[in-house]
Amino acid sequence: MTWLVDPFADFVFMQRALLGCLAISLGATPVGVFLMLRRMSLTGDAMAHAILPGAAVGYLVAGLNLGAMTIGGVVAGLIVAVLTGAVARFTALREDASLAAFYLISLALGVLLVSLKGSNVDLMHVLFGTVLALDNAALILLCAITTVTLATLALIFRPLVLECADPRFLASVSRWSGPVHFIFLALVVLNLVAGFQALGTLMAVGIMILPAATARFWATSISGMLVVAAVSASIASVFGLLMSYHAGLPSGPAIILSAGCLYLLSLGFGPVGSLFTRAFPRPHLDA
Amino acid sequence: MALKLRDLTLGYDRHPAVHHLNLDLRPGSLTAVVGPNGAGKSTLLKGLIGEIAPLEGRIDRTARRLAYLPQLSEVDRSFPVSVGAFVAMGLWHSAGAFGRITGSAAAKVAEALAAVGLTGFDRRPISALSGGQMQRVMFARLLLQDADLILLDEPFTALDTRTAGELLQVVKRWHGEGRTVLAVLHDLDAVRNHFPDTLLLAREKVAHGPTAQVLTAENLFRARQKSEAFVETAPVCDRVELGAA
Repeated sequence: MTWLVDPFADFVFMQRALLGCLAISLGATPVGVFLMLRRMSLTGDAMAHAILPGAAVGYLVAGLNLGAMTIGGVVAGLIVAVLTGAVARFTALREDASLAAFYLISLALGVLLVSLKGSNVDLMHVLFGTVLALDNAALILLCAITTVTLATLALIFRPLVLECADPRFLASVSRWSGPVHFIFLALVVLNLVAGFQALGTLMAVGIMILPAATARFWATSISGMLVVAAVSASIASVFGLLMSYHAGLPSGPAIILSAGCLYLLSLGFGPVGSLFTRAFPRPHLDA
Repeated sequence: MALKLRDLTLGYDRHPAVHHLNLDLRPGSLTAVVGPNGAGKSTLLKGLIGEIAPLEGRIDRTARRLAYLPQLSEVDRSFPVSVGAFVAMGLWHSAGAFGRITGSAAAKVAEALAAVGLTGFDRRPISALSGGQMQRVMFARLLLQDADLILLDEPFTALDTRTAGELLQVVKRWHGEGRTVLAVLHDLDAVRNHFPDTLLLAREKVAHGPTAQVLTAENLFRARQKSEAFVETAPVCDRVELGAA
């Protein structure tokens, strides 16, 4: 019990880290669930790379300044999202290829900018996160992004579900199809930017997608998946931070690996379509 | 007229799939669209709902609400949604993005499911349905859409006789309610027996009117001859627009 509670009771930096991680767990996981339902799980990964040059420009302009890097990241992510959507809509190229093209350009630009500035330890924070050193501004930003995300998702829930389930139908009955897709991509970008404050650009996608994939093995309804995903991300956050504290592991990877363990357990033994239920099916019914 | 097409040309990569089509559909008419493969039947429906933009010509419709059943549904059948929730999408016109789904809406969903013979299915996931049951679900959703112009693209293909027969009754019910229905079909016997009007299409309009006068051996022969594959080196079409004259 002391193993569980003491680090959080004794150290303010652990409390801050926990708050930050829980905020991300609540905001990023529903976005991840919808990414998975739209078969866009890898889009999160591509977007995370697309954010890099924006954060790098922010860093070059203003140093290790949270605001500048956040704005830079959001702007870069949104530009890639808009260009991707525009190219998919107005040319023959499909959305996946279009996104791949723009994120690769964006990533190359980011790497170029980073190396121009030479090897800088501070920049490692961008790549690997600083969850154990979140200041007030960063915490407020994380919580604000989570609040905006949840409120927006609640507002666009119905058109978003329709866009996932039957996009053609939504397009035939309303003009929501385009806007809802773009609003959703904007939420992806926002949450990745929130994630990279704490976990780093490379790990931010993990807290989005792994809990969503975990939830698939536990729930058959969308609301069920949203709850399971948020809970599993929260458990992974707490457990990852504790592992990080007790075993001296870097916190970002520890959290994502915890989420990964939950995923592997669910893949093996979850009640819905897991390896176990496939290997040992229950007897079939009469009708 | 419920629907008025003037010189409507639809196509892909400049090659017309529907060429200079003029058509007037009376309100409340039940029309079958027939023609060989590649005659532009599906393209016509896609053009009518605005999924592809006309290369030329005009579409005027007085129908204020329109419903469309695509030939190949893009519904992700593994999507975690129940039959009831899926059918309730048809209430979009009254509920919109933010409106409440009320108790009377639930009653409407149950009624629509009963009309397509799926009473008691509302809690099942759509992943558990057979192909025929899924088509019944699509019809239940169309019922709720309460549209005055209904476009159906091969609605009875790959269905057993009983399912096709029951869904045909739904189409006749729409006709009885005074809705305008345009349905792409391949089964000419079904067209002769159940559809008062027919449009015979082979990229261009071959004939349109009462089914018995349209589906003659001579018209069908002409349709087959007209629908040749596209010509890579076709010249630019210089037909003068009738509407412009």
